[in-house]
Amino acid sequence: MPDPAGLELVAHELREQVPDAVEDTDYHRDVATLIIRPAGILDALRWLRDEPSQRYHFLASLHAADYLPAAPRFGVHYELLNLERVERLHVKAVLDDPGAPALPEIDSCVDLFPTAEFQEREAYDMFGIRFRGHPDLRRILMPDDYEGYPQRRDFPIGGEPVLFTHNEATTPRWWE
Amino acid sequence: MEIKARQLRARDLLKGDLEGVDLDQYVEERVLTTTLERALNWARSNALWPATFGLACCAIEMMSMVGARYDTARFGAEVFRASPRQADMLILSGRVSIKMAPVVRRIYDQMLEPKWVIAMGACASSAGVFNNYALVQGADKFLPVDVHVPGCPPRPEALIHGILKLQRKVQDRPDLGWRTRYEAQGTEEWPHPNVGAAAETDIA
Amino acid sequence: MVGVSERTAGESVPELATGVVTEPVTAPQAPDGDLGPDRELLTVNFGPHHPATHGVLRLLVTLEGEVVRDMKPFVGYVHTGIEKSCEDKSYWKVIPLVERADYLAYHFNALVFCMAVERLLDEPVPPRAQYLRVIHCELNRIHSHLVWLGTSAMDLGAISVFWYCFRERDKVLDAFEASTGQRMHTRYIQVGGVAEDIPAGWDRRVLELVDDLEERVGQYEAMLDRNEIFLRRTKGVGIVDEQRLLELGVTGPLLRAAGNPFDLRKAAPYCSYEDFDFKIPVGTVGDCYDRYRVRVAEMRESCRIVRQAIEGLPEGPRITENRKVALPPRHELATSMEALIHHFKLVTEGFRVPPGEAYVAIEGPRGELGCFVVADGSAKPARVHFRDPSFVNLQALRDMTVDGYVADMIVNLAMLDPILGGIDR
Repeated sequence: MPDPAGLELVAHELREQVPDAVEDTDYHRDVATLIIRPAGILDALRWLRDEPSQRYHFLASLHAADYLPAAPRFGVHYELLNLERVERLHVKAVLDDPGAPALPEIDSCVDLFPTAEFQEREAYDMFGIRFRGHPDLRRILMPDDYEGYPQRRDFPIGGEPVLFTHNEATTPRWWE
Repeated sequence: MEIKARQLRARDLLKGDLEGVDLDQYVEERVLTTTLERALNWARSNALWPATFGLACCAIEMMSMVGARYDTARFGAEVFRASPRQADMLILSGRVSIKMAPVVRRIYDQMLEPKWVIAMGACASSAGVFNNYALVQGADKFLPVDVHVPGCPPRPEALIHGILKLQRKVQDRPDLGWRTRYEAQGTEEWPHPNVGAAAETDIA
Repeated sequence: MVGVSERTAGESVPELATGVVTEPVTAPQAPDGDLGPDRELLTVNFGPHHPATHGVLRLLVTLEGEVVRDMKPFVGYVHTGIEKSCEDKSYWKVIPLVERADYLAYHFNALVFCMAVERLLDEPVPPRAQYLRVIHCELNRIHSHLVWLGTSAMDLGAISVFWYCFRERDKVLDAFEASTGQRMHTRYIQVGGVAEDIPAGWDRRVLELVDDLEERVGQYEAMLDRNEIFLRRTKGVGIVDEQRLLELGVTGPLLRAAGNPFDLRKAAPYCSYEDFDFKIPVGTVGDCYDRYRVRVAEMRESCRIVRQAIEGLPEGPRITENRKVALPPRHELATSMEALIHHFKLVTEGFRVPPGEAYVAIEGPRGELGCFVVADGSAKPARVHFRDPSFVNLQALRDMTVDGYVADMIVNLAMLDPILGGIDR
């Protein structure tokens, strides 16, 4: 893990190479996070992967999170790993929710990191984040014709109400 | 001495010398009389061949039940048939997601009568710990289930107990009437012309 | 930094008793240009219900004769919504839920989640608890590899290995049952330590078990290592080069079989793994035979770790003393009011975690198992995500099977060791 000074150095160099990319840095509990603007995410990731002093060429995980009610609502997290130095860098891009039928969009990094293919599909399936340029963006975990994005915070947990003696008589059963 | 006596009686029987009560008693001691239905049920219950249907963690315990320590082969569940057409019993081991439910139903339909279902584990019986959008809350929402085995995952001995209970059920009371209630008869892909839903249609 | 040790027999193909040297069989390459009328492509569905798919994996395979030209995996048939359900439960209650994701590596799932929460809480774990966690995790790794070996060998036709491996597996589960009360999904690993201390005599019992296991692993190797059928089916099959594996994000025994000795237990030691002396088995060619050898050798190394951990088990508490995070021992509830209040708060609401995000990764039996937890200051996590190794490794299946035979696809699937519970969560 780069320490706070190292993280600031990386952010500084990245600001020089890719202007307008870095929004913020965060260091919390030994986790170094770079917060990047969604428009510049591909350039930032490419720089982090190819720059000889950085060489974060392994994408360990790509996942999304829903920060409702905080705005901007969606965060796409890239967990980068440098295998030689065994250092992890956490890159985060925050997206706004454009409102009901439109989906938040970000560029797909499948060309940079082929491992992102399934993981971006999962983020699309669970949160509805569209990845521009993904070769095959369709649902992976839910049935193909499912409506809704389950892991969004405003999506209900589902299931059925548990029957206790106090609500047994009044709860409608599944055949009603 | 007893063997000699039995041999003499057998010789008498063959010569036609045993009559009446003696004959009845002789036969009763040696021949098991039963109705064909009961014999069939006894045979069915002791040779329940499961279909391989491992979905999740319970599948591992089911495999362990087949293993050498908790051996199901001694109870008749000798081979796990991969093809549902050759299997009698479906052990639903694991959580049934909404994507998998139509597949399970299709496999169940492809099995031939008579067939039974054991819902193994809490997830198959009632969705277990997972009361959410992704699972069918219990397999008996779309399948008629004969035996529910609780546990998460149930110990192999618990599953064997479930199988033994099913065996007793098959032997004694194979149909408890829920099959008509669920309209579960004649659910195969080419249903039997005299049974259930196909009885009305005209199948040559 | 990383101990590179055993080289699997990749350079010199073993001479068999018959004097015949086995060569890897390669399928014919795809022809250039137009396919004639007798070379049509057939798309076959290896449905979710299939004896050889390890779990409910659906593969859509495009065949040209016996040769696989394209393959698409479909997953989601056991999607349980674990990550969403976790947002509804307090941190303590998430642990049994999360164990059921990758259902053969349940201690690993619980461990990585607890480590992420401990990172957010900044809570140190007592050394005895760390050693106990290591013992249970390494026994779980052995258990997972035993199930893998049993089912894979059964897929390849060596059915008797299935019985032997499951006999050993039952012994490992006996040890778990003695210490935790459950065979699988033990909820043993808790935030701050472990749930219970080991009973008397358990350490001796596990030492005997580990000796037994090492001998049995030798027997499995004797059965399969130089078995001509096994060699012909696995040698040279499913080779993907290391650079491509890294691009695909593959970790664990698959990556180590290709020659890269990356193992998080050595590279970034967690949970007192730096105290133990063990080697990382690494392959050379990266074919299915190397994957098999790497996993079997890992079983041996895990036995070594368990032995060292038991012999060096330190005294001390088995869970953190911080009453705000861990339940107080029951005898205190009768005498201390604070203990009673802490117990009440922990059971009803649970402990609160200060806001933050953390991603923690450990070396699971299939690769890098990571857990991402977002805490918003309340008693329930705001987001839990599992970076499951099987999910990412599945992307390598296509590279392994294309332009190989269908029978090789079965071998590749077996040696990939996918666990659908982890893939679908």
